[in-house]
Amino acid sequence: MSLKSKLGETLICLKAGRVTLPYPAQPARAPEHFRGRPIFDASKCIGCAGCANNCPAREILVYDVCQEIRILQYLGRRCTYCGRCADVCPEKAITMSQAFESATNNIGDLQQRLDLFMSTCQRCGRCFKPASVLEELKMKGYRFDDLENERWIFRSRARLEGDAVVDDVAIELD
Amino acid sequence: MWKNLCEKMFGRSLWVYHANSGGCNGCDIEVLNALTPYYDAERFGIKLVGSPRHADVMLCQGPAMRSTATALKRAYEAMPAPKLVFAIGSCACGGGIWFDSYSVIGPVEKIIPVNYYVPGCPPRPEAIIYGVAVALGIVEKKVVPVEFQAQELPIPKYHPDELRREGELVVYEKAEKV
Repeated sequence: MSLKSKLGETLICLKAGRVTLPYPAQPARAPEHFRGRPIFDASKCIGCAGCANNCPAREILVYDVCQEIRILQYLGRRCTYCGRCADVCPEKAITMSQAFESATNNIGDLQQRLDLFMSTCQRCGRCFKPASVLEELKMKGYRFDDLENERWIFRSRARLEGDAVVDDVAIELD
Repeated sequence: MWKNLCEKMFGRSLWVYHANSGGCNGCDIEVLNALTPYYDAERFGIKLVGSPRHADVMLCQGPAMRSTATALKRAYEAMPAPKLVFAIGSCACGGGIWFDSYSVIGPVEKIIPVNYYVPGCPPRPEAIIYGVAVALGIVEKKVVPVEFQAQELPIPKYHPDELRREGELVVYEKAEKV
């Protein structure tokens, strides 16, 4: 190759400038919608085990150690960060964080374990979350009407036209 | 002094060999991405070699499969000691989402000993560089196991009649029945 082509190559290289990212020196940010390590919030979790049922890698285990305590364990070994657990969580207790620097020499470092306090159903003896769920139902529009039978009744927001109701009654009378 | 000198002279350059034992090539592409000028792993002395006999580090991608387990083991044995094995991606770390398939044995640590794990599906090139940096001792690892304990039980877990005081300890006699 001639000297001229070498000089041309040098020019092309100089024109490109520096492209290497200064990653280990400066922290890198993942893109906005990147799904990293899921973070489990013990204060929001109601222990419904929807995440465990939806996990395609079966990495979330839910089991009861006694009548009051349910344990939710995320192992994270073969987690594919698909975010289905965060999608299905009714209380938004799981958030997909941006953390991707999770290299480790011990695979047990990836696990998360929540001890959830549950109260016990007097009839079936299995776990359910204490009063806060019912309180939340109340906030969502349920009311506690039938005190004798302890039944929760949905508060309807539908409104009927007065004339239509009268017509219906008339038809039934016929 | 010899040891310090050797560590200083020879401790920083890792030649890597990447072995795919049945993965989907996603992690392959990310490993090759980490070697491009954009991420430029060669400035740390990390170089991709074509033979396990030249390599210090083996980057395993894909789960241990029934068909490739022997080849993976032979490639590991061909590497000269001291050697490191990195499990890159969810498949190599834990078996992947097809962990219960008939052809998948499981994570690569069932076949060969694994030193470092880089989870992700696939892991970002930065995550792979970070994993190698953890192995070189440049940075500390960030992940720790998280555990939330229920503070105390409002309902007593044991019947008080079953508790027996023994010195300073309180012993529950029917502990196995709880």
